[in-house]
Amino acid sequence: MPDHNNTIIKLDGVRKSFGAVHALSGVDLEIRIGEALGIVGHNGAGKSTLMHILAGSLQADTGSISIHDAAPVEGYGIAEAQAAGIRTVFQELSLCPNLTVAENTRIMNPEIKGFNWRSRASRQILDKLDEIFPGHGISANAYVGDLPIAKRQMVEISRAFTSISTPLNLVILDEPTSSLDAIVSEQLLTYVRKFTEAGGSCILISHLLNEILTTTNRIIVMQDGKVVDERATSRFDRDSLVEAMGSVAEHEENGDHAGKVRTREAEPILSVQPNETAGDMVMEIYPGEIVGLAGLSGHGQTETLVDIFLDKRKAGGKSRLPMALVAGDRQVDGIFPLWSIGKNISIASHGEFVRFGLIDHDQEKQLADSWKDKIGIQTPDLENNILSLSGGNQQKALFARALGSTAEMILMDDPMRGVDIGTKQEVYGLLRQEAAQGRTFIWYTTEMNELEHCDHIYVFREGNIVANLTRNELTEQKVLHASFEGG
Amino acid sequence: MNSAKPGLKHIMSAPWIWAYLAAFVVWLATVLFTGGQGSIQILSAALSFATFSVIVGIGQMYVITLGPGNVDLSIPATMTFAGAVSMKIMDTQDAMIVPGLLIAIGCGAAVGIFNYGLIRALRIPPIIATLSSSFLVQSAAIAYGRGIKIKPPPILADFTTWRIFDIPVLAICVIALAAVMSVVLHRTVFGRSVTAIGQNQRAAALAGIPVDFIRFATYVQSAVFAGLCGYLLSGFSGGASLNMGAEYLLASIAVVVIGGTSVAGGHSNVPGLWGAALFMFLLVTMLNTYGLTAGYRLILTGLIIVTVITLAGGRKQE
Repeated sequence: MPDHNNTIIKLDGVRKSFGAVHALSGVDLEIRIGEALGIVGHNGAGKSTLMHILAGSLQADTGSISIHDAAPVEGYGIAEAQAAGIRTVFQELSLCPNLTVAENTRIMNPEIKGFNWRSRASRQILDKLDEIFPGHGISANAYVGDLPIAKRQMVEISRAFTSISTPLNLVILDEPTSSLDAIVSEQLLTYVRKFTEAGGSCILISHLLNEILTTTNRIIVMQDGKVVDERATSRFDRDSLVEAMGSVAEHEENGDHAGKVRTREAEPILSVQPNETAGDMVMEIYPGEIVGLAGLSGHGQTETLVDIFLDKRKAGGKSRLPMALVAGDRQVDGIFPLWSIGKNISIASHGEFVRFGLIDHDQEKQLADSWKDKIGIQTPDLENNILSLSGGNQQKALFARALGSTAEMILMDDPMRGVDIGTKQEVYGLLRQEAAQGRTFIWYTTEMNELEHCDHIYVFREGNIVANLTRNELTEQKVLHASFEGG
Repeated sequence: MNSAKPGLKHIMSAPWIWAYLAAFVVWLATVLFTGGQGSIQILSAALSFATFSVIVGIGQMYVITLGPGNVDLSIPATMTFAGAVSMKIMDTQDAMIVPGLLIAIGCGAAVGIFNYGLIRALRIPPIIATLSSSFLVQSAAIAYGRGIKIKPPPILADFTTWRIFDIPVLAICVIALAAVMSVVLHRTVFGRSVTAIGQNQRAAALAGIPVDFIRFATYVQSAVFAGLCGYLLSGFSGGASLNMGAEYLLASIAVVVIGGTSVAGGHSNVPGLWGAALFMFLLVTMLNTYGLTAGYRLILTGLIIVTVITLAGGRKQE
């Protein structure tokens, strides 16, 4: 590469291991001024570890890091990263839940101080939120812990782009759109393009390849802790990118199942009216169906799922079905952070393994082992702590927990956050297979193409169901139209 | 440490080892001061008295494991209440020992149900709910017992003070009880559920755990252990008195924390309870042996406990 491309930061031969796991085995990387760099790869390929090293929150075992073509920085850490104008939006969001949006802004910007700092911090973050996400509807005085995950993500992103005195050279976005719906995601990507055109640099990590292809100038592909491919974005298309990641390019398999729409049988196993006022539509679920919940994020889909699960809504018809839930907001709703991966998987099923009042460890291990292979959880040992897994692999463990249980109905709350494209395809297949055997799924998703796997789709707006589509009727326009109509 | 064998290293990393180490050091310091005199008697007394802290400590440990904000402050009142009621009904008759035990346990269960009723139905934080219920329960004990020390049946008194070769038999029974409760914690659905709730209550509910029922059972269990402890302690100390539970409020919490259970919930430690209870008793014995005045005794007790917790906690984070 010619030298006139000014480098912001350069990594040489960076390695990082966690015990026996080599998260990074020799990465060279150079980030230039004004570029948007896309990083793709499977869960556990080392993307997030690499970002932690750039952000200074993890130290490399070997290798060097240099800033602005200067000599390598010794002991590169968070302070050095901040001084170099590098900001990071981590996949596991890093806001303090007990503080307000404005107070969280102050943490990243210690320049805001003195009398009335709170209102100045509010101004800063609101201006940025308005700029990136017009119509966001977030109050600067809201406690972060009370915000739904999509809004937390929006605050985290806006805060990263808020800088007062230090120049903002590089913003790292690790799965920034995983909880955002299509509209908000596009707002962010538009902002990223604007930011890089104005001379800033961005790293974008995403499993949604379209986002990478439409937003970046250059793409690197990671596998097993190494960079295995690197090209200008114009020299990639979707198929070649998927191929570079080591997955077989699989076209949306509309052929084999789009045709047959299940005919609904006489009796629904569940009927729910999300908003119990007259005139609201009723959601009906029939055995063996995959029912999709659509709409913009934060319009009552998660609440409806949780209420169904906790039996707060009168489930029409029969007595309570055995259910399991796959959490999307895994830190808050899913993970038991002190436990091993195995225990995290077996928690929904351990009642099955009781013999003479005690949980049988062998059976428990068998269940976890079989799902480790089935869904491809990348770990040398299921006895390891759940937090030793990458975000996408933690999500797989939550899938294993629900699918491995005896539940007849499985509720899924935007469950593919951080899951790589290869695994997604496998899980889609698994879901269809399980549905064919009579399991029922209710699936809230923020990704339009996932709705194509559903037999029936209900669109939510402001806590109500506003549209009811079969798969044959499904089009992106219809969903968007229903999501916005009247609003 | 680097040259230590993996087995030893594994043991050294267990949070409960610090309580036993501290107990041993304090014992050694006492015995050196007395020139080896009474070394066995001190241990034997420590086992006897630690027994009662461990019984209530087990119940308290399960409650604390439920996560931040969960604690049972009604333990002393429940002990007094159960002790008074069961002693009065047994009326020193040996034939009534078993009914008396059931009554003590029943008293505990009633208090536990009342506690959780306050917590759940009135949405009062556990610390306030159990504190206020302890006033009610203590008053009930006063009204019922009329302030008189009621003697236990002779066989109960003999059993609770029975020693074989200086080893208190009751301590052996409670060691067995602790072992059973350790298995319950790690191997049963109930124990798993308690630790899951302590890590993340919302995630536990969404994983299908009946959170309300498990919390209910845990509070009732704590009160039942307190009732049992009140019954046995009445037998041991020659009768139920109105302040018999007083020192067990702090003791029940201290043995849990010093024993290596996480105050943040989700992680608990049964072996540590015994180490911590022995340590607490031996510490007071040591300070008494040194002939310190009450003021210095309290200051040193506080400082030493802080030191032990810091040492044990500092290890865990590595």
